[in-house]
Amino acid sequence: MIQFEKFEIANGLKVLVHQDVSTPMAVVNVLYDVGARDEDPAKTGFAHLFEHLMFGGSIHVPVYDEPLQLAGGENNAFTTNDLTNYYCQLPSENLETAFWLESDRMLSLAFSKKSLEVQRKVVSEEFKEHYINKPYGDVWHKIRALTYTVHPYKWMTIGAELSHIKNATLDDVKAFFKKHYNPSNAILVVAGNVTVEEVKRLTEKWFAPIPAGEKYIRNLPAEPKQTAARSNSVRANVPLDALYKCWHIYPRTDPRYYTADLITEILSGGGSSRLFQSLVKEKQLFSNIECYHLGSTDPGLLVIEGKLVKGMKMEDAEAAINEELVKLQNEGISQRELEKVKNKTESMIAFEDMEITNRAASLAMYELMGDADLINKELERYRAVTAEEIQTESKIIFDERNSNTLYYYSNN
Amino acid sequence: MNRLVAPRIKDAIEFDLQLKPCQRFTLHNGVPVYAIDAGAQEVVQAELVFYAGNWFEQQKNIAPATNYLLKNGTSKKTAFQLSEEFDYYGAYCNRACYSETAVVSLSTLAKHVPETLPVIREMITDSVFSESELDIFKQNSKQRLQVNLQKSDFVATRLIEACLYGDQHPYGKYTNPEDLDVLESGSLKNFFKQYYLNGQCVIFVSGKLPVNIEAQLNMAFGDLSLKPFNNQLATISQQPAAEKKYRVQNDVHGVQGSIRIARPFYTRRHPDFMKVMVLNTLFGGFFGSRLMSNIREDKGYTYGIHSYVQNHIHDSAWIISTEAGKDVTEATIEEVYKEMKRLREDLVDEEELLLVRNFLIGTILGDLDGPFHIMGRWKNLALNNLTDDFFYKSIETIKTVSAEELRDLAKKYLNPEDFYELVVI
Repeated sequence: MIQFEKFEIANGLKVLVHQDVSTPMAVVNVLYDVGARDEDPAKTGFAHLFEHLMFGGSIHVPVYDEPLQLAGGENNAFTTNDLTNYYCQLPSENLETAFWLESDRMLSLAFSKKSLEVQRKVVSEEFKEHYINKPYGDVWHKIRALTYTVHPYKWMTIGAELSHIKNATLDDVKAFFKKHYNPSNAILVVAGNVTVEEVKRLTEKWFAPIPAGEKYIRNLPAEPKQTAARSNSVRANVPLDALYKCWHIYPRTDPRYYTADLITEILSGGGSSRLFQSLVKEKQLFSNIECYHLGSTDPGLLVIEGKLVKGMKMEDAEAAINEELVKLQNEGISQRELEKVKNKTESMIAFEDMEITNRAASLAMYELMGDADLINKELERYRAVTAEEIQTESKIIFDERNSNTLYYYSNN
Repeated sequence: MNRLVAPRIKDAIEFDLQLKPCQRFTLHNGVPVYAIDAGAQEVVQAELVFYAGNWFEQQKNIAPATNYLLKNGTSKKTAFQLSEEFDYYGAYCNRACYSETAVVSLSTLAKHVPETLPVIREMITDSVFSESELDIFKQNSKQRLQVNLQKSDFVATRLIEACLYGDQHPYGKYTNPEDLDVLESGSLKNFFKQYYLNGQCVIFVSGKLPVNIEAQLNMAFGDLSLKPFNNQLATISQQPAAEKKYRVQNDVHGVQGSIRIARPFYTRRHPDFMKVMVLNTLFGGFFGSRLMSNIREDKGYTYGIHSYVQNHIHDSAWIISTEAGKDVTEATIEEVYKEMKRLREDLVDEEELLLVRNFLIGTILGDLDGPFHIMGRWKNLALNNLTDDFFYKSIETIKTVSAEELRDLAKKYLNPEDFYELVVI
């Protein structure tokens, strides 16, 4: 059970406080309800580039990091297709430093030309390091383009192409800030060795004077239901053939999300999972195989991916995956197997909650989903999934017409 | 309220850092146990550390192969059945093999310790290393290696370590695909017998511990022919490379160069070690470091650049590591040397030094959060044959090391001619 208190201030900023006196630290987590899905298709990668610029100085503080490090703190941030999350952790005595820094950059950035120039280069290097200079680095670029036709999930967080980042202007930066970095578009979570009274006082002092701004209303094109199987074949300079199969699943808030999540565990959660045992160990068609889903807010993807053992044929590998899926569709699962994946989920949640930074970020994300208290109801929802639901959903999800396949062939 | 003025802070020097004490006991067979009972979540982590790293192998990859295959079959259970024993209870059993040590660890909900500890016992006493499991291991390791060999960062890390220690030394040797082909089940069985079944072991257990944890550990491991960990490692001679500079073309389509600049360095026992840790932080050890500020935040040559001292027990090295744009690799190297020169010639000002001190203390404070992290500290001390005195002296050093001392250490250790320099594209 994760305890918290919640309040909202006049400018629309939502605040959650999670007290944990066993730690000497405090965590200040600010989530902005903006991600790559909110980008202009001609200017992709912007939400993430913007995250970098948030460290390039705000209106009254020339450098974000220095005062925080001086206060014994450290910080980081990440951007997804759905949201942008910033957090810092510092000794709780120095909590106010974090309020000062976070409120100032919510108030206004410095919009420095130099910062933009440098971060464009840094992000270009990040793009190269992770998506160009690695074997299979362009896989997600291709999968997103194949699976989404209209929804902005069709591009990666890093951006659809390097040129979009290189062409970003200071006017783009200012417009993006004005549109998305408002108190009403943010959730502040303060966790650790803090009291609700202190957090209220500091919030009033530092965040209340920030103008509410205009609330951004999201209006994204919904991805139409896929009605025919899609596939794409590529050849690249990689050592091994690889196979990627994806199916559309449910939005994060849909009750069937939990069923889909457990299906991924049945197929590839650990050494006793179905795909690993059958395809890596028994048939030795794949040298590794994984099944997971994207966990996105809007309808996401369930993915099976693996690299083929040298000499094995793509058709055989794909047929073997399909055979496992048909088995799940026809025979379902036993109570024991269901119990196993539920136990794994219970354990995963307990281990994740060990870290105060995780608890803070999770609270922010559940609040974004509509109610932070969902954090305490998750286990119940997983426990409620039945074997029948698993079987029913496996028929719906793994329908051939809902499938997207990327055949990634080695040139060697 | 004036937003131009930073709120008052409490400085690092004022924090009184305490390493939560560790409970210690020995099992019936003398195996030492470190235990920390803390935390709010109902979870337990148990780590069995053996002197079974690649320091002890006579042939490449015997140590990691043995370690990996511990979970792949005993005389009574198949690999699938062993995994099922953990998976059913939502527990995780991980293996890891390092230069000196090899680890078998269990992470589980506290309520399932009684069901899962005996499975670990079975693995470390009755593993069979069947030919079929070894064949799958060989095949899949080879494929993973082939993918990695296409990555410039992977290749660069291997080569710089080979330069530093020689490619016959445990810290410098690396795997080629043909090394995997020649692995034989018999050699794994022998290694298992010597270094696990009759090996040296120490146990670290942390989390919300069951009250009878000592009895449970004794039941699982107290009657085995394990020996207590004695912290003695035979010396293996190093053969560092004579040539200092390397430019390697690994991928003709590469768009970045993996840069490694490194020199031999000492371990925690060396009198300069703690002060050098502060110097390293200033140089390239955190986001606000000289290397990051210059090469990422000013020039934009890279997504990240770091310097660090390797975490080895016997000998170590000081390494600068980054991936930079292909056309700016030489400019990046030049800037690294410029930063060394600045550290050798100019005193760090008090403001920057205070920032480094506060950052380090804050990081340690944050890192002492939760039983697993605290045990991580104790484990590091124990495996390096140190006591908590080392922890308190490190804190003292962070608080008191002077700008002059740091400059003198830079003069002593940060001279480009002592460094190997490597770029892999």
